[in-house]
Amino acid sequence: MATPSSRRLETSKVQVSTHFLRKREMINQVARYVLMLAAIISVLVTIGIVYVLLSEALVFFEQVSVWEFVSSTSWTPMFSRPTFGIWPLLSGTIVVSGIALAVSIPFGLILSVYLSEYANPKVRETVKPILELLEGVPTVVYGYFALLVVTPLLQTFLPGLPGFNMLAPGLVMGIMILPYTTSLSEDAMRAVPNSMREGAYALGYSRFHTATKVVIPAAMSGITAAFILAMSRAVGETMVVAIAAGQMPNFTFNPMEGAATITTFIVQVSLGDVSHGSIAYLSIFAAGMVLFLLTLIFNLIGFYLRKRYRQAY
Amino acid sequence: MNGMSKFQTTVQDDSEKPMRKASEHLDHWYLEPDSPTRARVSNLKFWYGDGTQAIDDVSMPLIDKKVTALIGPSGCGKSTFLRCFNRMHDLYPGVRYSGEINLLPEDEDLINLDPNIVRMRVGMVFQKPNPFPKSIYENVIAGLRIRGITKRSLLDEIVEDSLSKAALWDEVKDRLHQPALSMSGGQQQRLCIARALAVEPEILLLDEPTSALDPIATAKVEDLINKLAGDVTVLIVTHNMQQAARISDYTAYMYLGKLIEYNKTNDLFTAPRCQRTEDYITGRFG
Ligand SMILES: Nc1ncnc2c1ncn2[C@@H]1O[C@H](COP(=O)(O)OP(=O)(O)O)[C@@H](O)[C@H]1O
Ligand SMILES: [Mg+2]
Repeated sequence: MATPSSRRLETSKVQVSTHFLRKREMINQVARYVLMLAAIISVLVTIGIVYVLLSEALVFFEQVSVWEFVSSTSWTPMFSRPTFGIWPLLSGTIVVSGIALAVSIPFGLILSVYLSEYANPKVRETVKPILELLEGVPTVVYGYFALLVVTPLLQTFLPGLPGFNMLAPGLVMGIMILPYTTSLSEDAMRAVPNSMREGAYALGYSRFHTATKVVIPAAMSGITAAFILAMSRAVGETMVVAIAAGQMPNFTFNPMEGAATITTFIVQVSLGDVSHGSIAYLSIFAAGMVLFLLTLIFNLIGFYLRKRYRQAY
Repeated sequence: MNGMSKFQTTVQDDSEKPMRKASEHLDHWYLEPDSPTRARVSNLKFWYGDGTQAIDDVSMPLIDKKVTALIGPSGCGKSTFLRCFNRMHDLYPGVRYSGEINLLPEDEDLINLDPNIVRMRVGMVFQKPNPFPKSIYENVIAGLRIRGITKRSLLDEIVEDSLSKAALWDEVKDRLHQPALSMSGGQQQRLCIARALAVEPEILLLDEPTSALDPIATAKVEDLINKLAGDVTVLIVTHNMQQAARISDYTAYMYLGKLIEYNKTNDLFTAPRCQRTEDYITGRFG
């Protein structure tokens, strides 16, 4: 290490030993390889999962035509003459997550605007941890809450509502993901620089106009990301629906009926005594692939929207 | 600037005893009848939420359709003073004002008006350009929209007018609907000036509007502020004395929250009455 600078250091009080520099360099190298290894492992695991999913799904599609899968409206893998139309599972997934999003998007937005733009710091510091606490409630609890509390409650003014329905789990799931969407979109709004708000106020904007016309548009990429994540979570959620919507595949878009979703079906089959390699067993991979594609599409939409709304402040 | 002084002061001219000047500050001003005043500040004091008193008993007139510069060392309260004029401080909890800022000729104390109403009448441009993440056009009409102006032809007219006043029209007339954030910093700042001018403010506040700009962009903004005089009443904070000398008609020198001296720019720079002002403008201090 006989560089001119290190030689100059020898005469000064600040002595940097070559041993120290070597040690520092070694740590640097080790850290680099450890991090690289971690990155490679996670990529490999992901590829492995997708590989298993695809290869098992391919075996399934050797026995069931793709056309039947995407066009048939009946899903009866356990029957002696089984049918494999994905629509009953898809409709259940769409209805339940649709209701959940219809609840959590508007309320999440209102709550996060309130917390970020209206609430004084003390309120915000109290409410945010409570929201984060709610995120930790096990989903089973929400499932039984939907089945034992919300459905009976709904039945008092919707007399025809069956005990298993999609409405109650949809609503409860909306509440369940509310803390998540709220805290993510609140973060996005707080990230909007104050200079932007002051610019709006300086033009005579009220608090409401500042929030709706300036802060929300500026935070759009983060808010979109929040709701895409919420959507992925709603689509992937199992417990609430499995408990409160019954587990009968049912091709309907009527929230007043019970139904199964893709995830509830997967759980149901994998917990039952279906023999390994049977067509019913393989069908969970085909259904899983649909779920995978669905979330992939959401993420691509989210990616596209974020790019569109991305703003450098 | 013509040579005729529009101000007289009650403080005796004590230029023979320069060292005694240091303890004085000039705060009583009488306007001659021919110099219309846009606003009169009387005994203004201001406290931040943490109890810091940042403005201490400032009184001064703001001359109509002239550029008034606020100078003084960093932390002396220039921005704080400026932000009283549009009640920007009210966005933060616990702040307190005492004294008055009367808008003339209506003689309304803006400290007692609804801050939203005040901000509709008093525009502001900030230190760092802060255009909204929208198109150039949308930025200019941002203030008009919330005033309920929606007629397209009128909006178009105001956009062209404001951008021309901000010396930006020729540069952007072919890309009005492109994002404002795609412009250079200097263009963004002129856009912010256009956005403030579009709503025809009675007073335009500028807080070091060129401190984030390069020399060429700075020259453009200074040029346009020069042109605004005669049209708009401008109050501008600058840390740069040359800039104050170049663009302002009147200059106020502040120190530790107090107004030390206020005069026509030319007089203040060539014949300061207070020792402290003289020290500051000659660079012996600050
Ligand atoms: N938000 C605030 N809270 C408390 N004190 C502040 C705040 N902003 C500024 N100050 C204080 O007020 C005084 C004036 O600040 P400022 O008006 O920003 O000065 P200038 O613009 O002349 O540099 C300074 O002493 C500063 O520390
Ligand atoms: Mg300042």
